[in-house]
Amino acid sequence: MKPAPFSYADPTSVEEALDVLTAEGEGAKVLAGGQSLLPLLSMRLAAPTTLVDINRVPGLDQISAGPDGVRVGALVRHAQLLASAEAAGVQPLLGRATANVAHPAIRNRGTTVGSIAHADPSGEMTAVLALTDGSVTVATPDGRETVGWADFFLGPLETSVHGPAVVLDAFFPALPERSGTAFAEISRRKGDYAVCGAGVVVTLDDDRRVSSARAAYLSVGLVPEVHDLTDAVVGQPVDSADWAAAGELARGKVDPDGDLHASADYRRLLVATLTARTLADAGAEAARRTA
Amino acid sequence: MTTKLFGEPVRRREDARLIIGQGRYLDDIGSGAYEAAFVRSPYAHARVLDIDVSAAMDVDGLLAIYTYEDLTGPMAEPLPVLIPHPQLTAPRTGYPLVKDVAQHVGEPIVMVVATDRYIAEDAAGLIEVSYEELPVVVGVDAAEAAERTVHDDVPDNVAARHHQETGDVEAALAASAHTLSFTQYFERSASMPMEGKGVHARWDDADSSLRVYSSTQASTSVRAAIAAKLELSMEKVEVIAPDVGGGFGVKIVHPWPEELLVPMAARLLGHEVKWTEDRREHFISSAHERQQRQEITVGYDDDGRIAALDVLVWHDNGAYTPYGIIVPINTATQLCGPYDIPVYRARVNSVYTNTVIVTPYRGAGRPQGTFAMERTMDRIAQALRIDRALVRERNLIQPDQFPYDWGLTFQDGRPLIYDSGDYPAMMAKLKVLVDWDGFAERRAAAEARGKLLGIGMAPYVEGTGPGPYEGAHVQVLGSGKVLVSTGLTSQGQGHETVFAQLAAAELGVPMEDVVVTTGDTRRFGYAVGTFASRAAVVSGNAVALAARGVKEKALRIAAEVLEADPADLEIDEGLVQVKGTPGASIPLRTVAVLSNPLRYAFDEAARQATQFSGPGDDSKPPVAVGDAPGLEHTDYYSPLRSTFASGAHAVVVEIDPATWEIAIEQYAVVHDCGTIINPMIVEGQVHGGVAQGVGGALYERMAYDRDGQLTNASFMDFLMPYASEVPDVDIDHQSTPSPLNELGIKGAGEAGVIPGSAAIASAIEDAVGRRIAAMPISPTELYDLVRSDAERVTNSSPHDSGAMA
Repeated sequence: MKPAPFSYADPTSVEEALDVLTAEGEGAKVLAGGQSLLPLLSMRLAAPTTLVDINRVPGLDQISAGPDGVRVGALVRHAQLLASAEAAGVQPLLGRATANVAHPAIRNRGTTVGSIAHADPSGEMTAVLALTDGSVTVATPDGRETVGWADFFLGPLETSVHGPAVVLDAFFPALPERSGTAFAEISRRKGDYAVCGAGVVVTLDDDRRVSSARAAYLSVGLVPEVHDLTDAVVGQPVDSADWAAAGELARGKVDPDGDLHASADYRRLLVATLTARTLADAGAEAARRTA
Repeated sequence: MTTKLFGEPVRRREDARLIIGQGRYLDDIGSGAYEAAFVRSPYAHARVLDIDVSAAMDVDGLLAIYTYEDLTGPMAEPLPVLIPHPQLTAPRTGYPLVKDVAQHVGEPIVMVVATDRYIAEDAAGLIEVSYEELPVVVGVDAAEAAERTVHDDVPDNVAARHHQETGDVEAALAASAHTLSFTQYFERSASMPMEGKGVHARWDDADSSLRVYSSTQASTSVRAAIAAKLELSMEKVEVIAPDVGGGFGVKIVHPWPEELLVPMAARLLGHEVKWTEDRREHFISSAHERQQRQEITVGYDDDGRIAALDVLVWHDNGAYTPYGIIVPINTATQLCGPYDIPVYRARVNSVYTNTVIVTPYRGAGRPQGTFAMERTMDRIAQALRIDRALVRERNLIQPDQFPYDWGLTFQDGRPLIYDSGDYPAMMAKLKVLVDWDGFAERRAAAEARGKLLGIGMAPYVEGTGPGPYEGAHVQVLGSGKVLVSTGLTSQGQGHETVFAQLAAAELGVPMEDVVVTTGDTRRFGYAVGTFASRAAVVSGNAVALAARGVKEKALRIAAEVLEADPADLEIDEGLVQVKGTPGASIPLRTVAVLSNPLRYAFDEAARQATQFSGPGDDSKPPVAVGDAPGLEHTDYYSPLRSTFASGAHAVVVEIDPATWEIAIEQYAVVHDCGTIINPMIVEGQVHGGVAQGVGGALYERMAYDRDGQLTNASFMDFLMPYASEVPDVDIDHQSTPSPLNELGIKGAGEAGVIPGSAAIASAIEDAVGRRIAAMPISPTELYDLVRSDAERVTNSSPHDSGAMA
């Protein structure tokens, strides 16, 4: 379990990083927190020729929370985001989801943007980016562009970013008014990858009736999935909404695979259960914010 | 009173060192050593056709590549069958490197040595081996069917048929009022120590000697094996077990191929060589345990008293049988636990599969046996509609039945005779600890919260402290320091603490003066090893005997100085004194100086022992005939037979019917290991055992696919419980001292793990009302079970079991 030989670069600017990535070609890989990449290297499941360590690039470790949303820089650690009251104030899902990311040691080192760029469909932050309709900023030698989540995630561990590029930040839009959120997951052990997870946003109208219910799931598909469950509960008073029906609706919409830890059927059961539970919590929060 | 140390919860003196990074583990040794990596079989069963090393030869830093062709003399012979047994009729072992056919994924084929491990792995990756794939046997059912074979010359795949019986079981079953028959499965798990295996070897060419460090549970026997295989004389080989980061059984197996190949390479290359096992290697090339299929038939009367028990076990021993049939014997002989079973027959068929070898992992066949026995008890209770605790109580061996002779032969080759115990009192304590009789209210309260609560229990008896022997050397230095050495090794159990407690208590010295060394053949050459919950029993008694020998000599020498009768002397806090006469005393360290008559005064203390220092008795030689210089003594303890510890676990599980998650609400343990040297260490052993029991019941399994690939060979997919999954453990102690050794000690090391799966299965079954016939069980499997046509079961509560069904 020792990595194959690779060379190492530690640029001090994004431009320098892009220069190295351009020069080294396909074999170069960006290193941020390394919590997914380094184990792959040690098991020789990945053998990049060059690691481009961006940890010395200044300015990438910032969280900026504004009325429109939260921008999370490429070097922001999960723990940093988890501790940010400003971020949670604008988009509560950020703290709620981050609390479910692995264990403290991993959260102290792993980065939120790195986890998104890794595009693991069992990742918490990929699901939150999708649920909040977020985007990422990608720097390439041609300039910087904003890529929406749906265009970014192509498959498991696969994004639309090819060639020399650095994901500079992720942007999570603010929680709309009269809305509440919740996030929950079931894992075999505390801190493990979720067997199934769900994040939800419920929005009410002025009469405290459900106007929108949307959910994103972890570990049920090849890419983060967002499902609109509004049909099951639309117009229902938040205090008596049939969240279980929304859970059943979701159960029918997902098409998970089975693996060693969960059959496809079991994952569907968890989708139904977690959906109903999180929607109830999110509905209650939306009601408080609407009162 | 220094004897107060015996029985006290003295803090573990090794912990500070181990916790703050001051431990010295195998990989901490030899920073300048060459390092080895291995090419291992990617196939479960394949003939090696060709090994092409040409691409690897260009790697800068490569030093050597070894294949089977490079092995000579005894190294080219199969590895030893460590524990032969007459019923092991078809023993098979591998070679240090595959000779012809690889029998499981992970078997070593090529060893590469390079300047460091990175380069060794680079070179190993460039070696091309071509294979002819052969048919694969995975699982006991396929092994029994024998449509395919593991070893060509074992056509039925059966390594051993281990059969023992106490009477005519078929007649007794025929005469029983009721009988029950059922089949159940138990899955594989593994020891999985935090530190894997590892070997470091240094050859001294001028001295023609070898020093080997190995992360082993049996350094003296590793030494003997290396000497034999490398054709060296024993005195030219030293083997040292440094700090060992856990063993749990896997490191009792020896010699591992790497334990021979690394010293061989060190000698050939004239340079230190090291190999540190990585986690994937540990998964696919060390040892696993536990897979069995059990076919059980029991006969019993209207009260649930068992008349006869007949068990047929198909036991998966993996690809080879280096450790003999110890695990099958343990299952066969320990299955009946605390119950008085008039007629018993066990037949364990140990079969080959193309998987990693199966050798003892903490519990060593007993968790499976207890699973068989305890699930039988639950079924009898359910069939008769009586309380599960009551049916157990009715079958217990009573205190007046000891010694209880089973008429069977135990794993040490000695008669299976329970030495002592009080099982009814133990069960009574357990019922109080878990509030067995008050469970209905807890269940109702949980139901009101939408949760399913279930309770289960499982007692067990564990044969501990088998021989043949252990020894100890105790020496008092002129500084007052007391050295205690055992050949027996340590893997974190707390031997440094308990052996120091024992020596300090016996000698009458402060514990801080005692320094314990274990597992170093330079210090003590004769030992068996650390396994089978035996260290405290066998080495503990040896340490006490050796310390007693030192004390006797110290009193004899001091008596001359103090002009007193040795019988009137005592040692307290390192001072030899005349009982009841303050001032008439001499420090033990001075006695140590005087014990060695000197010509040369190398330090101030030594002056007292030199030839002109005082008047001597000119009529006697300075060292009496039959005596020896120095205040030291070596002694051995060889038990007549094993001691039998016991215990009982009860567990309450809470299940969420919306997710089928299984949470352990309460875990209660009553534990009896005879006289306790250190209750804190015993409780720590119980906690660790329970953690592994919970792991085996709810999380761990070795997921082999049909091709013999281990699909979860990493900590990402093989789930060991974290601290967050291990319950708090409520412990109550009971002590029925063993009459077999003077200290009354029984072993405690493995106890905690034994009844875990049995008790947890019982509790889950109680919660969901469906038959559990295989362990482990996970939420997704539980969801499948409740939707299947699995038998529905109902347990009777204690309150309605007064009346018989």
